[in-house]
Amino acid sequence: MSRLRTPPGPDERFQGPRDAPVILVEYGDYQCPYCGQAYWEVKQLQQRMGPRMGFVFRDFPLTQAHPQALQAAEAAHAADAQGHFWRMHDLLFENQDRLERSGLLALAEALTLDLDRFRADLDSHRFEERVRRDFMDGVRSGVNGTPTFFANGHRHDGPFDARTLLEALTGGLGASR
Amino acid sequence: MAPSTPALSRPLLPGSRAPSFQLAATPDTSVSLADCAGSPVVLVFYPADFSPVCSDELALFNELLPEMQRLGARVFGVSVDSVWSHLAFAKERKLRFPLLADFHPKGEMSRCYQAWRESEGVSERALYVLTGDGVIAWSHMSPPSVNPGADGVLDALEHLSAQAASREVRP
Repeated sequence: MSRLRTPPGPDERFQGPRDAPVILVEYGDYQCPYCGQAYWEVKQLQQRMGPRMGFVFRDFPLTQAHPQALQAAEAAHAADAQGHFWRMHDLLFENQDRLERSGLLALAEALTLDLDRFRADLDSHRFEERVRRDFMDGVRSGVNGTPTFFANGHRHDGPFDARTLLEALTGGLGASR
Repeated sequence: MAPSTPALSRPLLPGSRAPSFQLAATPDTSVSLADCAGSPVVLVFYPADFSPVCSDELALFNELLPEMQRLGARVFGVSVDSVWSHLAFAKERKLRFPLLADFHPKGEMSRCYQAWRESEGVSERALYVLTGDGVIAWSHMSPPSVNPGADGVLDALEHLSAQAASREVRP
């Protein structure tokens, strides 16, 4: 079974307590329709688990299959630079049909980001290297497509509905643990 | 997965000679093992064009093509589909590496590489890394529904690349 080679680090996009008893890491692609479905499953899971779960999102854009995925990932980083990663992350998955440049700018505007700075960050591709680093790290951990989840460091193969992910995270003991 | 699924065959082991092959890559070109002499070769056997897991698996190799080329490798997909199916599939998925048609006699190359699933008449989901001298460096067999990922292939290619570098240093 594949294991996560790079544990969550300090500069990671992290939701929930860092010392949560269970950690879910997702490698995802903002243009991937399955990741769009998984987004809602993760939300459900977070609601159910509350502070007992930490969630990390890492980029795994399959740019040949999804030509807008890299730019969307860069947009999420550009929002992160202005302190709004998770709000942009949500908007990207909730608006997967608006990932072209004008759509990304509209999302940034909705978040009242500094648009000049956001645009400059997209144009300079200053976050591309970071996105690619996530991607290669993922490949070396055995990420084989999107979305790929790691439950407590172990690759989760199989369905990614909230119930199945919960079982993977809690070893079948359910949320009551 | 049906309970009657036959056991996976075992791939050819590292150190053994890679079986030679010559298969069509397009309606008017073919690729042989001899053509690849001097370069490591990655063979991605998969059951069928357009089937879901294959497409994910091939999308990953497609994405990683520059990385594998940086390590000097040539990459080929292999299935029993015809060149015409391969052309349509490669076009739809924007695949940037050749797909070889193990079409006639059907499955001949897959059988030689012990990557043949007789019950369904398709290739197994097998991965091979061959050295530039035509020796098997690494092999892996996955159940048909499991996408093997690319970490094993990259590890093997990096190992070959490091070996080649150390040979160059030594007289």
